Amino acid sequence: MSAYKLSLEGISKSFGAVTANDRVTLRVRPGTVHAVLGENGAGKSTLMNVLYGLYRPDEGRILIDGRDVVIDSPRAALAAGIGMVHQHFMLVGQLTVTENIVLGMKGQGLKLDLASHRRKIAKLSQSFGFEIDPTADVMKLPIGMQQRVEILKLIYQNAEILILDEPTSVLTPNETGPFFELLERLKSAGKTILFITHKLEEVMAIADDVTVMQGGKVKASLAKSETDPASLARTMVGRDVLFQVKRSAHSTGEPVLRLADVSANNARGLKALDRVTFEIRAGEVFGIAGVDGNGQAELAEVISGLRPVESGRIHVSDTDVTQASISDRARRFGVAYVPEDRHRDGLVLDESVAQNMILRTYNRRPFARFGFFDRSAIRDHAERLASAFAVRLQSVDQEVRYLSGGNQQKVILARELEGAPRVLVVAQPTKGLDVGAIEFVQQQILAQRDRGVAVLYISTELEHLLDVCDRVGVLFRGKLMDTIGSDDATPERVGLLMAGVAA
Amino acid sequence: MQRLYRILFHLRSVLAIVAALAVGSLLIIAAGSNPIEAYKTLFHGAFFDYWGFAATLVKMSPLLLAGLAVVLPLRAGLFNIGAEGQIYIGALFATIAALYLPVLPGPVHILICTLAGALGGALWALIPALLKAYQGINEIIVTLLLNFVALHFVSFMVSGPMIEPGAPYPYSPEIPDSLFLPHILPCSDAHFGVLVGIVIAIGMYIVFRRGVSGFTLATVGRNPEAARYAGISVKRHIIVSFMIAGACAGLAGTFEVLGHRYRLFHAFSQGYGYDGIVVAFLAGLNPFLAILSSMFIGGLRSGANMMQRAMGIETTVVEAIQGLVILFVAMSLAFRYRATAIGQAITRRKELEQALDEQTRDKKT
Repeated sequence: MSAYKLSLEGISKSFGAVTANDRVTLRVRPGTVHAVLGENGAGKSTLMNVLYGLYRPDEGRILIDGRDVVIDSPRAALAAGIGMVHQHFMLVGQLTVTENIVLGMKGQGLKLDLASHRRKIAKLSQSFGFEIDPTADVMKLPIGMQQRVEILKLIYQNAEILILDEPTSVLTPNETGPFFELLERLKSAGKTILFITHKLEEVMAIADDVTVMQGGKVKASLAKSETDPASLARTMVGRDVLFQVKRSAHSTGEPVLRLADVSANNARGLKALDRVTFEIRAGEVFGIAGVDGNGQAELAEVISGLRPVESGRIHVSDTDVTQASISDRARRFGVAYVPEDRHRDGLVLDESVAQNMILRTYNRRPFARFGFFDRSAIRDHAERLASAFAVRLQSVDQEVRYLSGGNQQKVILARELEGAPRVLVVAQPTKGLDVGAIEFVQQQILAQRDRGVAVLYISTELEHLLDVCDRVGVLFRGKLMDTIGSDDATPERVGLLMAGVAA
Repeated sequence: MQRLYRILFHLRSVLAIVAALAVGSLLIIAAGSNPIEAYKTLFHGAFFDYWGFAATLVKMSPLLLAGLAVVLPLRAGLFNIGAEGQIYIGALFATIAALYLPVLPGPVHILICTLAGALGGALWALIPALLKAYQGINEIIVTLLLNFVALHFVSFMVSGPMIEPGAPYPYSPEIPDSLFLPHILPCSDAHFGVLVGIVIAIGMYIVFRRGVSGFTLATVGRNPEAARYAGISVKRHIIVSFMIAGACAGLAGTFEVLGHRYRLFHAFSQGYGYDGIVVAFLAGLNPFLAILSSMFIGGLRSGANMMQRAMGIETTVVEAIQGLVILFVAMSLAFRYRATAIGQAITRRKELEQALDEQTRDKKT
């Protein structure tokens, strides 16, 4: 009997010239939660896809319980006791939980005895505390429960090793706690869990051991008790990370952005903003906290002009911009906007980095003359911005799709900040980014503040808000509950407001 | 190996043609002839014979312009199945301008007729564009159905109000001979229209590659939300791209009247608008390659007549070959579907649909 449930020995995998995994060794003790930590693009997903049989490694061995195994397909992986929950679930919405779990199982014979499966699934669910009703239609379940169905499915098919790829990215903060408790129960039942993440706090909360990857290589592999968040972050990013971004003392100027009694509807025509009033001064960062879906997205869209107001006025300095077009706001009044959904709003993924860098100035000189693009001016501009913002890329002609999330965000920031804006609206700029990228984004925002820009910073991640903002307001059901200076804004106080309890 | 695959991928239209000809040869054998001889006659007649090549160019003119009318809106993910109807309305407008305006000096009058034809096609295309932009109504269905409206409207016009007195079947009076388009090959039917088509195709190609409007149109197709964020009007691009497409198809109809038939006949187009879809897809939605694909399809058509005369093989065999070309082009899309221009156009259409859906819903509430 080997000391390790699973070991990957010297796995290498390249795609063309890119080495995604370089002699990676990962050893997992039985009955533990083993975190694989790394920034986006560190090679975590490639490694897991090798383990799951989606990629064949160029070299290296996989051992389970000390014995060599060949995994050339997901079916082979499952036969070897390895199951994987992807970030995007593989469930059929119209079918029930039981049907989804039985779907694709081998050895069913001719007649499918759903009733006996259902009984067994219900029992299994109960014994681990999944709290799943096997007769429920999957599409009616909340996303957190669908994730549990995926896990239950693997357990039912006798998986011993569970690979969870960024499992908390689909969960709300309230769902994360119970989810970790479930993982604890699975662990005590002898299951081995591989937990892919780029979030340090999750590693500290749930993992027994941690392997840190960077640039396709293993940087460290150790027990959680031997480490701490700061040294993990250093290993992951390859340099020191300041958890507390430094805010210099500064003075604020005149009010730049003013909203007066602004109301607006959401895409479904329901009231999303209810008479919101505030002002932001030059050189001030105003934070908007709140549980997602309380009007934050609409607030950002109303200011940038993507969404019309129902009533109320918006002023930039002394100009009423309530009726100004999107491009007028961006170009004439200097309202820069970093949208929440990078892929939907902020970037054209099929276009090159260079074209995305001029997405909002595409018809301006020197990029366009007489209706035609000046390729070299666009390239020069993109190369200048890419180096100023340290965007990691092969070429500015590369499609922006192939950049990592952090680098995509840098492309947007570079584009929005380069026109020397007067107002900067940033919505969830740190979503899905790793610590290194988060630090960079926050520093850029503070640099704009110090330049005298009025910044509106919308985020559901309270600790990031409190790090950066001078004042914090809380949106609850479209109403601005209260505004608190950053020195008085404790997580508890803001948390109460987020729940709709007025101070 | 990968390189070979890539080369084959880029040649997929050529491969589709080869495969279609191979299957077509079975049909020719079934018809009791030698396929090699038949194809020799066909391609010699279409491309290597002075009169035959002129006939190819005559057919190429409407095919190319109709093809461009399909290519342009697809850049933004919009399907224009209505080139056929736009051809008819364009021809109608041009004929009216030719017959009922006071006589002007030839070139000026030709220009006016041409503009009238383009305008007719553009206005006809404006109907589906407005319905799409403001109500989100499926443009495929509207353009398709409007084809029949246009066809029958032109039939009505040349059966009644515009009929040549004493005509045995519905057609209009002949246009003044000062309006006949100049010929580009001496003593043949090949007229100036094909050159106009080539110039528009090259212009479109350049704008797609380097032009700001080519970029904004593609952005509307690739990510309508980001287009809005960039300050690009999605609705305006739907309307303008459809009107330009309609104008191209309108020109196709115009040149049929001014360059080839010199009157407006009922049902004259014989499906050039639908063949435009073949031209567009065979060219992989590249306007420059549409020049070649329209010449090929035109050549098939004119060569088929030669083949029938020389060897007694029905022209329907060639229609079958054209159908097979489509089939094989469609099959080639299965390889690296996403990477092809056509695959991307289909994805774009879905995205545009969703974005419009959201925007119209915003508006109604």
